[in-house]
Amino acid sequence: MELLADVALLPGEERIIDKDLIYMCPFNGALKGKVFITNYRLYFRSTDTESTVTLDVPLGNISRIEKMGGASSRGENSYGLDITCKDMRNLRFALKQEGHSRRDLFGEIFKYAFPLSHGQPLFAFLSQEKFEENGWNVYKPMDEYRRQGLPNERWRISFINSNYELCDTYPTILVVPFKATEEDLRRVATFRSRCRIPVLSWIHRDNQAVIMRCSQPLVGMSGKRNKDDERYLDIIREANGTTKLTIYDARPNVNAVANKATGGGYEGDDAYQNAELVFLDIHNIHVMRESLKKLKDIVYPNVEESHWLSSLESTHWLEHIKLVLSGAIQVADKVSSGNSVVVHCSDGWDRTAQLTSLSMLMLDSYFRTFRGFQVLLEKEWIGFGHKFASRIGHGDKNHADQDRSPIFLQFIDCVWQMTKQFPTAFEFNEHFLITVLDHLYSCRFGTFLYNCESVRENYNVRAKTVSLWSLINSSTSIYMNPFYTAESSHVLYPVASMRHLELWVNYYIRWNPRIRHQILSQNCEILSQNCEILSHNCEKLSHNYETLGHNCGILSCI
Amino acid sequence: MLSLGGGGAKSSKPSFVSYITPEEIKSEKEPPKKERHPNLLPGEVVFCSADPILKHTQDDVSQRGIFGTLLCTNFRVSFVSDETPLEETGSNLGDLISLQMLFCFVVYDEKRKMITGGMLKNKYPSKMIIHCKDLRVFQFCLTFTKEEDARKIFHGIAHHCLEPKSLKCVFAFSYAVSRSPEMQRSQRTVMFDSKEDWAQEMKRTKGNCRIVTENEGFKLSTRLPKYFIIPSSVTDEDLFKFQGKGLPIWCWSHHSGCALFKASTLPVPQEDGVIQRYMERMLDAAAQTHLYSLKIEDLSETLPTVQDIQQSYAKFKQFFLIDNSTDFWVSDVKWFSSVENTGWMDIIRKCLQKAVEVVECLEKENTNILIMEEEGTDLCCVISSLVQIMLDPHYRTLTGFQGLVQKEWVAGCHAFLDRCNHLCQKDKESPSPIFLLFLECVWQLVQQHSPAFQFSETYLTVLSDSVHVPVFSTFLFNSAYQRESTLKAESQHPQRGPLNCPAVWDWSVQFDCKAQELFLNPLYADKLKQDKVLRKVPRPKHQRQLSLPSSAFKTPPKKGFFKDETESLKKMLRVKRISRWMASPDSPAANTREFYEAWQRRPLDHHGLLLPWLDGPAVRLWMQRYLRWIPEVQILGGGPVAVTNKMAELLVQVQELRKKLDLKGCWQPEAERVQLQPRPLALARNSLRLSSAFPFASSRNWTFKPVIPTSLLQSLMLTDKLASQEDETTEVISLV
Repeated sequence: MELLADVALLPGEERIIDKDLIYMCPFNGALKGKVFITNYRLYFRSTDTESTVTLDVPLGNISRIEKMGGASSRGENSYGLDITCKDMRNLRFALKQEGHSRRDLFGEIFKYAFPLSHGQPLFAFLSQEKFEENGWNVYKPMDEYRRQGLPNERWRISFINSNYELCDTYPTILVVPFKATEEDLRRVATFRSRCRIPVLSWIHRDNQAVIMRCSQPLVGMSGKRNKDDERYLDIIREANGTTKLTIYDARPNVNAVANKATGGGYEGDDAYQNAELVFLDIHNIHVMRESLKKLKDIVYPNVEESHWLSSLESTHWLEHIKLVLSGAIQVADKVSSGNSVVVHCSDGWDRTAQLTSLSMLMLDSYFRTFRGFQVLLEKEWIGFGHKFASRIGHGDKNHADQDRSPIFLQFIDCVWQMTKQFPTAFEFNEHFLITVLDHLYSCRFGTFLYNCESVRENYNVRAKTVSLWSLINSSTSIYMNPFYTAESSHVLYPVASMRHLELWVNYYIRWNPRIRHQILSQNCEILSQNCEILSHNCEKLSHNYETLGHNCGILSCI
Repeated sequence: MLSLGGGGAKSSKPSFVSYITPEEIKSEKEPPKKERHPNLLPGEVVFCSADPILKHTQDDVSQRGIFGTLLCTNFRVSFVSDETPLEETGSNLGDLISLQMLFCFVVYDEKRKMITGGMLKNKYPSKMIIHCKDLRVFQFCLTFTKEEDARKIFHGIAHHCLEPKSLKCVFAFSYAVSRSPEMQRSQRTVMFDSKEDWAQEMKRTKGNCRIVTENEGFKLSTRLPKYFIIPSSVTDEDLFKFQGKGLPIWCWSHHSGCALFKASTLPVPQEDGVIQRYMERMLDAAAQTHLYSLKIEDLSETLPTVQDIQQSYAKFKQFFLIDNSTDFWVSDVKWFSSVENTGWMDIIRKCLQKAVEVVECLEKENTNILIMEEEGTDLCCVISSLVQIMLDPHYRTLTGFQGLVQKEWVAGCHAFLDRCNHLCQKDKESPSPIFLLFLECVWQLVQQHSPAFQFSETYLTVLSDSVHVPVFSTFLFNSAYQRESTLKAESQHPQRGPLNCPAVWDWSVQFDCKAQELFLNPLYADKLKQDKVLRKVPRPKHQRQLSLPSSAFKTPPKKGFFKDETESLKKMLRVKRISRWMASPDSPAANTREFYEAWQRRPLDHHGLLLPWLDGPAVRLWMQRYLRWIPEVQILGGGPVAVTNKMAELLVQVQELRKKLDLKGCWQPEAERVQLQPRPLALARNSLRLSSAFPFASSRNWTFKPVIPTSLLQSLMLTDKLASQEDETTEVISLV
């Protein structure tokens, strides 16, 4: 009989191999048990009857797998596999030393965890899952722009990129100034890194100020200028009568200067006379990656106790969060006071995406709703080409790839910090955010696969895979925030001070059973229970009331 | 508008901008010249006042100020604005500066001088900065008032707030005399000042000790309550032997029969062994309470000293006494390590840890516990109260908690007068925020297990403030003896009527009903609701309490058995190390881990055993208390109050519907009615969005600018080559 035959598999999931081994749990010690591998997951269950420990890890989570110990190494449980996961944990399995017992297991995991390195398809293309709702319909660019009141007399929809000819990493539908011709756009594209021209992300309904996103100008060492680019930015400024356009360069000043050496740079004062340039001092993808690595060191497997705060500080993780948030606050503040802004970093797909989407979250309550947030991710991250494939390394064995970086995780962390500060302003809960992050790595859905729309279209992702939103929107209740209070008009400014920022324990330290998991696991149940009782009572009462009224009506008729 | 310098002609740097020029004020102010006073309390007398004084408005980003009159009374320093006061929104709990100031800074020629009393220069101060004990900071500019007035108000404040004074001069006494008797309290809190209260408490916990009435006239000891409880087998002879020192004072009994005792330590054992034999008899008596078992813990050996605690808090509070935005953002960079380096959070963790260890002995091993300390009224109070809160859900209710404070702290003779330094004594040894430390520990429990507590964090914050409001008798004395003798002496004063000193628990003295609603936790998991849930999912009774394996004392109480125990205790006494029961001192966490994990595995019962989480991220900063006055950290429309608001909204909805049904006369089911607490909070109807500092600091206007951090890159100056690396190392930008 098959091991662990009772475990339900996903449609399209197939068992590959199973094995008896020992899971070296950092919290409960060595646990004997059984493991099986499918083309989607690694599943382990301990055989100890007293308290069963299970592991259910999508293979997409694995960033690296290594053999530990050799056939001759001494010591108990020294021979086996060491698996590094993308979700802040490591898994160690010990096997019998005799007869190369780990060879086949290692081989299969390696093959199915990194299918792209073996010429195999990602699991998302094999999944046969069916859901009530089709998540691919969540985001329709035209609907979203129409919701924002676009096009209007100053802003038009351009189809210049419908075949990805202008810019291969941009979506097909772009919103640009009405006054700018297609020819203008083409000329501007020559002066922007990877042709990522300034396009509209969001427009303020009342004051018509806009958030534009783009990549750095190709100024270079010689300080090149481009009249078309200068004029284009001026058209943007004019569109709502802003006297000075603010350009937010997400990078630290020195980095922007250094970029000149590779042909990039920033908008100089003399070239862009009606613009002011502000550097937001957010560091690059490499710094963020190293910071998260340090964070993992202090939270996994053991959490530093007496020097917790200073160790946390030394990772700088929250300090980076603070910088990103305070950048977004500045953008949101500028826009809500009626000034249009342009946001860019180097290529406009990492820090830029963080800044535009966070400031939109502050400015527009629609994005704080359950569906609105999905639209925000689809638009600012997936649509505008955040390089998910490179940053996450889906199905790719090269774990040391310098392009990998937790930029999206950092953004979700910022969102979480906002939900902590405004516990009633977001329709979704923490569980929703964690689910999104889990499927960022899992490769079960097509949502976060590949670097940009054009590649996604090549692989026919929308037709061949299931969207994450299909899963989420088919069972919404577990993702809802019971305290959500719909409020539309206000801008939410979080406080970007270390006094308020805290480590997202429920995500980063969730594997450690000894750590107290904040509100969600403990109190939320009771909170939502209370809420449910209340709203249930409300419903019942109003129902009673209605029937009463109805009865009274009948009585009076008689 | 005019820029105003700090010290007149000398300074060139404007420190703030006023709305109006000094000339304008004069012309405006002179004709009517009416006295402006706050509503004075009964017995409150104005000592001196000065105007116009410019109060720097801290919560205004534009660094402006308001003009008004500064007064110093025998109760407070008060500032009355000239401008018509803005309509108050919401109920702000604190709006007076209590006379209990920490320090007063004076600015001469833009240089700061700290005034701690007695060292006043006869110079004209330009600015006065006041740091309050509740961590508010006020800045007053004195340059607009007459030099003489400025000097007078400044001297007045410094004298009345910072100079040592006698107990008789505390405002509570003048207040108590003048207070009208109809303000009589409605008392539900057990005060533990009568024999009946103690008897009732022993009955409630099924304790089997005896009540001592011999101290009614404080003949036995002035450091013990009028009534207290000791193990039954302590003889009358021993009772009087060392003025109550070393007596195991009963605190609480566990349902298994074992009990928690506290004791003060006796002086160094003399050669003749009298004290040793006495101590052995005491330990013997305590052990006899249940199963001849006893564990002893000398808190002074394992916890920080009273002075350590004072020093740590002194460092800690400095980080919250912030008077300008620049300092705020500079200190933000190294915030975590700064907080950690004060050691305050670690002290909290240690106290909670110690309490868990004691809880484990009572709950798991069912042994009697005796905690000891020099006086037995500082850390003993902290630990014994924490243990009781963790084990006994009664103390997690509002009145239960107040009873506990009465029992362990007020009746238990914690030296509030000295520890809180109400009389501004210069003695460096005695002041220490022990009671605050206890509230901090309770707050940790509240934030970790909020549904288990009937009271809110706002209640704890208000209570921590009230310690320094010199109106109540509760926290005014060092002992029950001092309380009784002082009140008696003051009442016999010929010019005075009978004293009518309120207890702090009479919250209506400070707050109206609306404000008091904020003391209750809307998410408190009521016993009633719990039962309902339990009925749905049947669970074995007393699961949490009884299912722990009691590994320690399974041996039947044989005759010779306890002898061995005392024998070894005796040895320990000789080497002056009474406590050694927590195995290796270097890893106390490892020892309690098993107990912890057993507790974690069981389903959470808010009315059962409650343990704190002690890992790094779980022990947190009491944001409401420490950050409430700092404008930079206020979250507008956010913070925990947003949730409370939402809950209140739902409650109101339910009630309205119910009312409608009542009107129709068709709504009867009584059973359902009890389920919901009819307690719609006042703030529910407030359409205005509140800031996270509610109900303390007043909310700013909504049309505000966000706070944008400055000095961001200070610590992030990465020398790393990573920082200068290109985002995309693999590709080179194609130059056009």
